[in-house]
Amino acid sequence: MTATDAGTAARRGGRTRSTGWLAALPLLAFVALAFGIPAVALLLGAFTVRDPQSGLSSFSAANVAESLRGNYLATLLSSVRLSALVAVLGAVLGTFLAQAVVTSRFRALREAVLTASGVLANFGGVPLAFVWIATLGNSGVVTKTFGLGESGWSLYTFWGLVMVYMYFSAPLMVLVMTPALDGLRPQWREAAQNSGATAWQFWRHVGIPVLAPALLGGVVLLFGGAFAAYATAQAMVGSTVPLVTLQIADALTGDVLIGHENIALALSLDMIVIAILVMAVYLPLQRRSSRWLR
Amino acid sequence: MAAIATVPEVAPGPAASRPRPRRVRVWRGIVLGVAALYFLVPMAVSFWFTVHTEGKGLSLGAYTRILSAPGFVPSLLLSLGLAAATIVTVLLLTLPAMLAVRLGAPRLRPALELIATLPLVVPPITYVVGIGTALRGGTEALAATPFWATLIAVQDERFPVVLVLAYVVLTLPFAYRSLDAGLRVIDVRTLVEAARNLGASWPHVLLRVIVPNIRSAIASASFLTLALVLGEYTVAALLGYQTFPVWIVTVSGNDGQLSVALSIISLLLIWLLLLTLSGAGRKRR
Repeated sequence: MTATDAGTAARRGGRTRSTGWLAALPLLAFVALAFGIPAVALLLGAFTVRDPQSGLSSFSAANVAESLRGNYLATLLSSVRLSALVAVLGAVLGTFLAQAVVTSRFRALREAVLTASGVLANFGGVPLAFVWIATLGNSGVVTKTFGLGESGWSLYTFWGLVMVYMYFSAPLMVLVMTPALDGLRPQWREAAQNSGATAWQFWRHVGIPVLAPALLGGVVLLFGGAFAAYATAQAMVGSTVPLVTLQIADALTGDVLIGHENIALALSLDMIVIAILVMAVYLPLQRRSSRWLR
Repeated sequence: MAAIATVPEVAPGPAASRPRPRRVRVWRGIVLGVAALYFLVPMAVSFWFTVHTEGKGLSLGAYTRILSAPGFVPSLLLSLGLAAATIVTVLLLTLPAMLAVRLGAPRLRPALELIATLPLVVPPITYVVGIGTALRGGTEALAATPFWATLIAVQDERFPVVLVLAYVVLTLPFAYRSLDAGLRVIDVRTLVEAARNLGASWPHVLLRVIVPNIRSAIASASFLTLALVLGEYTVAALLGYQTFPVWIVTVSGNDGQLSVALSIISLLLIWLLLLTLSGAGRKRR
């Protein structure tokens, strides 16, 4: 770079920096208002206890401690267990489905599965619950036709929820894994085969290490989706399956003891901490993924 | 459910035309069969559920009842209005900021990336809890000041601005990713400097130079936002507003067939939105 070039670049940068910074100001101010204030309110509230007698508020970790005890802790663990199960099962089914589509000779099959995955990955909330209730609920068509009710079948259980959550989790995994599986070059497999590697050895030493970041990223995404899901569970199971999102909603709508109003805030804080911890596993790995898959 | 995923581009994979040993086709068939069973049966059965009534036979009554169901039009209009407001706000906020990062303030990029990631990490229900707490605390603390009226106006039931604020935050990651993809393929700096040298004002540069060049990215950001707002239940329900998804739950209590019919309609709606989305993306090429 010549001196003149450098001079122009510096001048140009200097001129636009002030205006550039100002153009980003509305967004930063908006986020500070719409995201920052609720976050601070949540954090402060989670650590505030109001004395029912005097009505005075004081700073204390009692809410958070309570949210990590007894019934509340069991709810939290149940949510984590459900999300982890959905994440792992969804990842397995989604990856196999993606591999089946990627190695298929039929373009039409590939496009159909990818489009359907795009639709189903976004199909959540209450409508998802209704579709499954109509199918396998207590008076669902399949339940009645095959008399599943008499054999003790119920959709409104832990495993019922796992089954329903897979309906949007597995398609999401297909969307995550398809580009990664496309990036797995046939030459690598041929090189491994020519060197005398078995299929298992290829996957163990080449395939899975290269796919690991995408796989793990997908698992994290699926975990997050299942962990945060509220509408489906609320419409389906009410409160027969203990879940932290349902508990928070209950606490929010006033279903708590006096002096424990802030338990919803403490539970929310627990949720955010878990979500951040899970994300933290994934972010360093994501950087590594770009090295091989391009 | 706030997660919105987009279909990856359908590229002809390198494996598409490669012959494979027969052994592999067996497990592929099993996987596809199981998946087809799991994904298609609930859809088919739900449709059967909506059209078939025992002793009465087949009828599309559940679908025609939607239009006359009480509250259908107001809730749908409210959701569409919220979606429009959210789309306009999110575009007006993110586009200038993203241009700024590219033109003169590259040091702000990490901050922007963080802003575009945070809403994905924080579960919507915890975000509602935060909003609820802030609103209650704010109403108490500001009772004596003019801001109090603003806080009340923001929570107006006919058009809850607070929902627009929440939806803008929730949709930021998707809008950011879409616009980022669009801005990446054009030479922003050259375009802006050429326009500025020819005497164009900043609004002119933005609306007549940048926007037309990233039209498809703007379209996809808008459709993703629309899909999110039309499907969002948690925030609206817990803050107590009758948006379209909340109305679906309210109306479902007395008519099972109607609620399942609405579910099928919303599935079709997502499909239609995604179809438009990929159509908008394809026009660019």
